[in-house]
Amino acid sequence: MIVKGGRLIDPASGRDALADIVIAGGRIEGIFPPGKAKGGGGETIDATGLWVLPGLIDMHAHLREPGQEYKEDIASGSAAAAAGGITTVVCMANTDPVNDNPTVTRSIIDRARAVGLARVLPAGAITMGLEGRRLAEMGLMKRSGIVAVSDDGRPVEDASVLRRALEYASTFGLPVILHSEDKSLAGKGVMNEGPLSARLGLPGIPAAAEEAMVCRDLAVARYAKTPVHITHVSTGGALAAIGACKETSLGMTCDVTPHHLLLTEEALSAYDTVFKVNPPLRTEIDRLALLEGFRNGPVDCIATDHAPHAADEKALDFDLAPFGVIGFQTLLPAIMKIHLEHDIPFMRLLACVTTNPARILGIEGGVLFEGARADLVLFDPKAVWTLTEDRVLSKSKNSPFLGWQFTGKVVRTLLEGRTVHVAD
Amino acid sequence: MEWSRKDLVSIAELSAEEILTVLDVSATFKEINRREIKKVPTLRGKTVVLLFYEPSTRTRLSFELAAKRLSADTVALSVSGSSFLKGETIMDAAMNVMAMIPDCIVIRYPYAGLPARLARELSCSVINAGDGAHEHPTQALLDLCSMRERFGRLAGLHVAMVGDIAHSRVARSNVYALKKVGARVSVVAPKTLLPQDISTWGVEVWHEFDPVVKDADVLMMLRVQKERMDEQCFPDEREYAHFYGLDRRRVDMMKPGAVIMHPGPVNRGVEITHEAADGSRSIILNQVENGVAVRMALLYLCLGGSADDR
Repeated sequence: MIVKGGRLIDPASGRDALADIVIAGGRIEGIFPPGKAKGGGGETIDATGLWVLPGLIDMHAHLREPGQEYKEDIASGSAAAAAGGITTVVCMANTDPVNDNPTVTRSIIDRARAVGLARVLPAGAITMGLEGRRLAEMGLMKRSGIVAVSDDGRPVEDASVLRRALEYASTFGLPVILHSEDKSLAGKGVMNEGPLSARLGLPGIPAAAEEAMVCRDLAVARYAKTPVHITHVSTGGALAAIGACKETSLGMTCDVTPHHLLLTEEALSAYDTVFKVNPPLRTEIDRLALLEGFRNGPVDCIATDHAPHAADEKALDFDLAPFGVIGFQTLLPAIMKIHLEHDIPFMRLLACVTTNPARILGIEGGVLFEGARADLVLFDPKAVWTLTEDRVLSKSKNSPFLGWQFTGKVVRTLLEGRTVHVAD
Repeated sequence: MEWSRKDLVSIAELSAEEILTVLDVSATFKEINRREIKKVPTLRGKTVVLLFYEPSTRTRLSFELAAKRLSADTVALSVSGSSFLKGETIMDAAMNVMAMIPDCIVIRYPYAGLPARLARELSCSVINAGDGAHEHPTQALLDLCSMRERFGRLAGLHVAMVGDIAHSRVARSNVYALKKVGARVSVVAPKTLLPQDISTWGVEVWHEFDPVVKDADVLMMLRVQKERMDEQCFPDEREYAHFYGLDRRRVDMMKPGAVIMHPGPVNRGVEITHEAADGSRSIILNQVENGVAVRMALLYLCLGGSADDR
C-alpha cells in the first residue's frame, strides 16, 4: 500500500514535508520524497491536499464495557475513536465490574481485538473496586495487558495508600494516572464555584479542591520518588503547581481536555447538563492559563475523557445528572480550532496526542518512522463541517460541541495499515 | 405598562418597572382579600396546578388561596423527595401534567434550574415557588410589597439580610429585587454562610451585627437550617444566636420606625427571639397577608391579564 502526496507531520522527528509512505505488513516500510516511492504494491491512497499524521493516542477514555453497554460499548466506542483518527485508546477502569483484576483486563482486550477498529489498552484500577483501600493486582493485570493504573473518577483519598500504590506501580513500570480532587472540598458540588454558581444556585466545586489535591499528590510522588500523571487538569493553579515541579528528574506529567480548552462555565448558564463535567468547566482565566501551558511548557497531553452517558441520564436535574461528555470524534477538529484561534503551533498540539502520551505510557506508536506501526490519520485541514447528532458514532450523544462548525476533518484512519474509517 | 411574561422564573430577569407593576397590581388584590366576599371571577375556567416537591405549608396555602380567590380551579400535589427520584424523570412528570392542559404550573423543587426549563419547554405559565438555592421570586416580591406598604418607598431604604445568605434562595431573590429598585442592601453573616465571591454581589458585607442593627430600616432575619451546623458553618445554636440572633437587646438598638421581617418558618430562639418576632416592630404577619395578594397579582398577570385593564 502507498499513501501518496500528503503532507506528513510527525512530532517525534519534527518532520513536516510532502511525502509518499509505503506500507507493508502493517508497518511503515519507507518514507520517500513525493514521486520517489519504491515498492508498495496493492492499494494507492491519494493524499494530495491532506495532512498525514500519526494515529492519535487518547490516554483517557471510558468505553463502558463491561457493564454499562447502554451508554457505549467497545464496538461503538472503537468506531467513534476510528472516526476521530484515534488508533490507540486507554480506557479507564470504572466499568462494572471494575477492571481491578486480570480477567476483566483480558476480556476488554479480547473484545477490542475482535472488534478491530482501534487498539484498546486498558488502565487497571489502583485499588480494588476503586475504593481507595486495598491495592488491585497491578502486576497480574500488567501481564494481561494494562498500560497504566488509575482510579479515575475518584481520587486516592488516603495518602498512605497513594504512597504505597505509587511505589508498587513503579515496581512494575506502570504509570499512575491520578484524578486529583479533594472530595471533602468538592462536597456536593456540580459546577465551578464562583459568582456564576452563586447566581444559578448550584453547589460549587472550588478550584482549591483540585489544587489542594494536586499539591498533595505531587508531594507524595516526590517523596516516593516516582512520577505521576495528573489527568484532566482544569485550573490555572493546578497547572502552575505541576509546572513548578517539572524540573525534577521524576517526570511529573499531565493532560488537559479539549472541553476545558474550548469552553468555560458560562456554557451552563441555562442549566444544560451536557456541560456538566468533572472537573467542572472553569473560568476564562483558567482556560487561558491552560492554553498558555502549551507555550510555556507544563501541558504534556490532550486527552478526551470521553465519557458517554445516555440521554435519559442527562435529562435529569443539573444536581442529579452524571458528569461527562463524549469527545473522540471532536479531538482532532478541536485541536485544529485551538491551533487556528490561539496561534499555538499545530506540531506542539499534535505531540500532545501522539509522542507525548506514547512516552508517558511507555507504548509503541504516535510516530511516523520507517519500521513503525502503520497507524495513520489522513486529515483534510480545509474541510468545514458541522457536528450534528447523526454524525456521532458513540451510542450516547452527549457532546458539548453539537452544532459547532469545525475546520478540519478526519478523512481516513489506518490501524496497522488497515483502513478502519473512511469519511463519507 | 404591559406585562408580557407568561412565566415568573426569577427576579434576575425582571426589570425594576416590572417589579413595581407587580406591587401596584398587588395593592388592588389586597383590597379584595379584605372584603366580605373574597372572590373575583378573573380566572374563571382556568386551571392552576401546584406541584410541590418540597415540604411547604405557607407558600402552598398562599398560592392556593390566591388562585381560588381569582376563581381558578386548583389541584395541589405534594410529592416527597424520595419517591419521585425513582423511575420517572421530572420531565416525564411535567409532560404528563402538561397533557392535562393546565393553564399554569406553580412549582417548588429541591434543585435549581427546573422552573427555567419548564418555562422554556411548556406552553402553559410556570411560576417558580422556589427552586433549590436559586430563587424564590414571589417571596421577594411579597417582601418588597410589605416594605413599600410600611415606608411608602423602596429607593434608599436600608435593608439588612441576616443569616444564611449562601444557601438561601430568598436572599438571592431579595438582593436582586432590592438592588433593582434602588434600595441599599447589607448582608450580615459569618463568612461560612456567605458565598465565597460575595464581593461581586454589590452589597455591603458585615460580619458584626450591632452596627447594622442601629442603621437599617429593615432587618430581614433568615432561617438557619440545622444542616448548616452539621456542615460546620457555625459551632452551635447558642453561639449563632449570640452573634447573629435578633433579641431584645438588639431590638432596643433599632432606629425609630425600623421593622423586622422573616420569610418563615421561624426558629424561635435561634435567629430571632419571641420578643422580636412577636413585638411591635415585627411585620412578619403582614408579609404573609401580602403573600396572597402578590401571588394573585402574578397569576393574574401571567395568565393573560394586562396591568392596565383591571
